[in-house]
Amino acid sequence: MRERPAPRPHPLVELTRARLLEFVREPEAVFWVFVFPVLLALALGIAFRTRPPERLRAVVVRGTPGAARVAALLAGAPDLDVAVLDAAAAARALRTSRADVVVDAGPDRQDVPLAVTYRYDLTRAEGRAARLAVDDALERALGRRDRLAAREEPVTAPGTRYIDFLIPGLVGLNLMGSGMWGLGFAVVQARTRKLLKRFAATPMRRSHYLLSFILSRLVGLVLEVAVVVGFGWLLFGVAVRGSILALAAVAFLGSLTFAGIGLLVAARPRTVEGVSGWMNLVQLPMWLASGSFFSYERFPAAARPLIRALPLTALNDALRAVINDGAPLAATAHELLVMAAWAAVSFALALRLFRWQ
Amino acid sequence: MTRKPHGDRVPLPANGVAVRCAGLVKRYEDVTAVAGLDLEVAQGECFGLLGPNGAGKTTTVEVLEGLTPPDEGVVEVLGCRWGSGRDHELRERLGVQLQETQLGEKLTVEETLRLFASFFARSRPVGEVIATVELEEKRRARVGKLSGGQKQRLALACALVSDPDMLFLDEPTTGLDPQARLRVWDVVERFRARGGTVLLTTHAMEEASRLCDRVAIMDRGRILTLGRPAALVAALGVDQIVEFRARGEVAAERLAALPGVRGAVRTDDAWQLSVRRIDEALPALLGELERCGVALESLATHQATLEDVFVSLTGRALRDA
Repeated sequence: MRERPAPRPHPLVELTRARLLEFVREPEAVFWVFVFPVLLALALGIAFRTRPPERLRAVVVRGTPGAARVAALLAGAPDLDVAVLDAAAAARALRTSRADVVVDAGPDRQDVPLAVTYRYDLTRAEGRAARLAVDDALERALGRRDRLAAREEPVTAPGTRYIDFLIPGLVGLNLMGSGMWGLGFAVVQARTRKLLKRFAATPMRRSHYLLSFILSRLVGLVLEVAVVVGFGWLLFGVAVRGSILALAAVAFLGSLTFAGIGLLVAARPRTVEGVSGWMNLVQLPMWLASGSFFSYERFPAAARPLIRALPLTALNDALRAVINDGAPLAATAHELLVMAAWAAVSFALALRLFRWQ
Repeated sequence: MTRKPHGDRVPLPANGVAVRCAGLVKRYEDVTAVAGLDLEVAQGECFGLLGPNGAGKTTTVEVLEGLTPPDEGVVEVLGCRWGSGRDHELRERLGVQLQETQLGEKLTVEETLRLFASFFARSRPVGEVIATVELEEKRRARVGKLSGGQKQRLALACALVSDPDMLFLDEPTTGLDPQARLRVWDVVERFRARGGTVLLTTHAMEEASRLCDRVAIMDRGRILTLGRPAALVAALGVDQIVEFRARGEVAAERLAALPGVRGAVRTDDAWQLSVRRIDEALPALLGELERCGVALESLATHQATLEDVFVSLTGRALRDA
């Protein structure tokens, strides 16, 4: 009656395999993890692509004695678009940022050839640049002699574009999202379906169950990073300047960290709705503050130590150091430490708090 | 991890007792789900817990399965107590089917069983278990595509894949059509034929009478009565049950006092008479109704069943209790 079967596979291997099969058979999950970040990179890459320098826009107010003369003097200026409008239209153009500077030419005086008033927004860099450009063009046209011999050498260094900044941020964001959602949803779903309880009734080791999630994440992470980085490289020429090994190590630790946090968030909730709320609560601050889309240097200095302690900030900084700056792994020690601390604490807590039924 | 060869399994208890439970109490917040329960299941026996929803059947089974700790009482399964350091060995020997577990929908039948098989030190070949529950044709079908009856047989297969000594089945056929039900019964009977012990819960009396050697009828966390199904029915001391509906008022005492009638119980809109002699009782009943000027709407008789045992003990019908 009791025949010895062939050597059985290890439960950890089987659990991981089941986890991966369930993932690839869920088309929506595949979309959010692989297609969505690529679309996001594409959209942002196009929106913020490097364009030829924008021309500055100046408006000359019609109806003043010097208006016609100023317009004529500016006509030959490079980098400047010049329009002549009446006072009301000029004011409106300035208000709605369709003009960078408004030039109001007062009456010719005997002692000076021409007097003008510049109206522009001091807080806008374009306003200040346009004011200087108009002034420079007028002075030149009126016969100013320059005493400095200056030569121009335009530079566009790779690694300084927005897309170069963005790609590592997207990799980080993706690792956070798929780690937390992938784990959190699967665990809570298994709990509501009483599958966790069913597993608990077998001799399955509970650590094997939790470990299988980590292992399946590691398989997924290789693909996730490769898709986004490969896409950035093919379409936008974003190169990985550091070693692939360093990139793998950073992504591995980041993935582990968010798997731990995802497990912690999913340790107790009984419903998918419940866990979604917590996931959003945990992720939202990092979406905003951790420098995925824009540098966190824009936040007040007082807030920065706090932001740098967030796991996604650490991951993003480490990814940028490796991808953009070609830094060795040792240079990211601080970030790796922050992530390791988050991973260790959240795993330990998750194991303690985990609810099996 | 270490894996034990199958010879190292905990031996079955020498006294032939598979489950022993004494003074079992389980409370949830302000509800007492199980209020002092004693029972003993012999090895090789099929034992049924019969009762309405909320009787405490599931709680009892989950305590026996080691999923829920009891508040009071002693529980011994296959000679081991839960929490005495042998839980892992014990789980190796139990096959469990929980009420309403939904297995992963994206995995196939075969993948699901492989997964469950991997948890046990000793397991039956997956193909063999699939054949046992007659799911060969669905071997590569995803769980989400299976019918209710097929899902239930897969749940049974997950419980059987370890070749357990004992099976716990919580409402194995609830919600299944008669044919699907028969196939599940078939699997259970074959497991018993191999010497396995079964403890199942049900609120279907025909399931209990067909499968179980003994049943315990439960209500509100207690056992009302316990014994062989046929013996429990015989103890009613009645041949037949007469069930009728009538338009108008009839007094219960007068019905019970009719010749050949042992008792009368009113359930919702119908009367149930326990009848010793149908040839005397039926004419007497019709005469009584006529005397009271009450019009008969429907009348049916059947052989007494476990359901009638429950009705006579609680005054309520099993299905709407």
